[in-house]
Amino acid sequence: MTNLAIEAHGLRKSYGDKVVLDGVDLAVAEGTIFSLLGPNGAGKTTTVQILSTLVPADGGSVRVAGHDLDRHPDDVRGAIGVTGQYSAVDKLLTGEENLLLMADLWHLSRRDGARKAAELLDRFDLGEAAGRPASTYSGGMQRRLDLAMTLVGDPRLIFLDEPTTGLDPRSRRAMWQIVRDLVATGVTIFLTTQYLEEADQLADRIAVLDHGRLIAEGTAEELKRRIPGGHIALTFADQVRLDAARQLFGAGIADPDALTLQVPSDGGVRAIRELLARLDERSIDIDDLSVHTPDLDDVFLTLTGRQEATR
Amino acid sequence: MSTIALAARDSSTMVRRQLRRLLRYPSMTVQLIITPVIILLLFVYVLGGTLGAGLGGDRGAYVNYVVPGILLMAVATAATGTAVMVSSDMTEGIVARFRTMRISRASVLTGHVVGSVIQQLLGMAVLIGIALAIGFRPAAGVLEWLAAAGLLTLFAVGVTWLAVALGLKAQTPEAASNAPMPLILLPFLGSGFVPTDSMPTALRWFAEYQPFTPIMETVRGLLLGTPIGNSGGIAVAWCAGIAAVSYLWAKRTFDKA
Repeated sequence: MTNLAIEAHGLRKSYGDKVVLDGVDLAVAEGTIFSLLGPNGAGKTTTVQILSTLVPADGGSVRVAGHDLDRHPDDVRGAIGVTGQYSAVDKLLTGEENLLLMADLWHLSRRDGARKAAELLDRFDLGEAAGRPASTYSGGMQRRLDLAMTLVGDPRLIFLDEPTTGLDPRSRRAMWQIVRDLVATGVTIFLTTQYLEEADQLADRIAVLDHGRLIAEGTAEELKRRIPGGHIALTFADQVRLDAARQLFGAGIADPDALTLQVPSDGGVRAIRELLARLDERSIDIDDLSVHTPDLDDVFLTLTGRQEATR
Repeated sequence: MSTIALAARDSSTMVRRQLRRLLRYPSMTVQLIITPVIILLLFVYVLGGTLGAGLGGDRGAYVNYVVPGILLMAVATAATGTAVMVSSDMTEGIVARFRTMRISRASVLTGHVVGSVIQQLLGMAVLIGIALAIGFRPAAGVLEWLAAAGLLTLFAVGVTWLAVALGLKAQTPEAASNAPMPLILLPFLGSGFVPTDSMPTALRWFAEYQPFTPIMETVRGLLLGTPIGNSGGIAVAWCAGIAAVSYLWAKRTFDKA
């Protein structure tokens, strides 16, 4: 068995009465991309905050990069890098100054620090902007600088908390390529995302977190196999019909803007006929119907849809 | 490297960061330097004639009397800026990043304190320069100047650590800007602008025992040769006490957050 970069048992965390993490177990192999997938408020960021020593857990045992999180947090800190969903750059400093600041804090020599900074600026296509304050950077540039700062210390384990949230599609693809290049150099990546496509594209293993519990774990293929037939998307003429249908089926993701309802289904003729019959019974007209073959969205829908009628 | 050497290295890195930030955002520094200068000019030119007469002299005598109080007020004003800076820094992702790195934790705060104290010393130098230009005539020799500078620096360190703690405790930068406000009033409620024996009894009692008064009396004594009495020891004790308690408070608040 390969070594584990992260090993957590029974991770718990509450803020007041609100239980954020309710007994989470994690095992992340070295040199892989592990994705924690879940909707907003599922507890993804809290998990990253605990694993990266930012906040203490209420219970559970954790080893990160081979060190016990409770007893040797500084050894953990020496092995990890964190890029959060909120930009962790000093906006008053220039891109280059931000990188040199990191080099100083990693106690690199002046020469090594300067070399590292130049190399990262070049690698992340920030060379031209190096002398400008980070406050003038676009969202994608700030995110790249953020990640470059994380890499100054050559961490073996990198936490990426929603690294592409708020980025345009082009910047998102650029970030994906960066992540792939990173893992090719042997580092371990712990990635949280609310985008199924992102997990599907990048992750070796995916864990689905919902309401502080892991509700599924496996490779993208394994997760997709759990949903044989994808879903049926229904489009309605108005909100009233949409609501009526949502009540009728009790499950599914409604999109009130597009007036659509996605109902988990194997997509077979029999299932469609049955579904139409139930709609007819209640005299709920539909404008459009389409059948979707399974992707991770369907896994997500089936696993979390019952608790959340809307997303 | 030993732990202390590493902490010193991280702290000096953070001080450099803070000084760069202050240079990038000069409007705050300019405002903090100008505010006490305006107060000085108002008190000397608007009120100074009458107040000077009350002291048994003229406008010139009042310049000499009021400078120590305004120096302390400059530090208290700067504390507001420090609290705001610390509070807004805490809301930035960069501080979360620092917390996940193997660095000396207090260095983030030390950077703020040293940066602000340097800013304040600069402000006090400007203030003294302007005071000299409008008639401030200190009688101090080199030793007295050094002693006054030392006490004012110690005072600045104490008040700045207090401002850092208040900034960490505040929920928002707006709240942080209000928290140190009482400090700005303390020179008025002491011997900063008029002698305490002209005040009503209850106020006089407060004015004589609050920390700013012995500090102002000591600075006044050092620069102008007025009697210091036991104010010197009390002043140093207050400054060191405020610094020590505030440091521990700030450090604990930062570790817990």
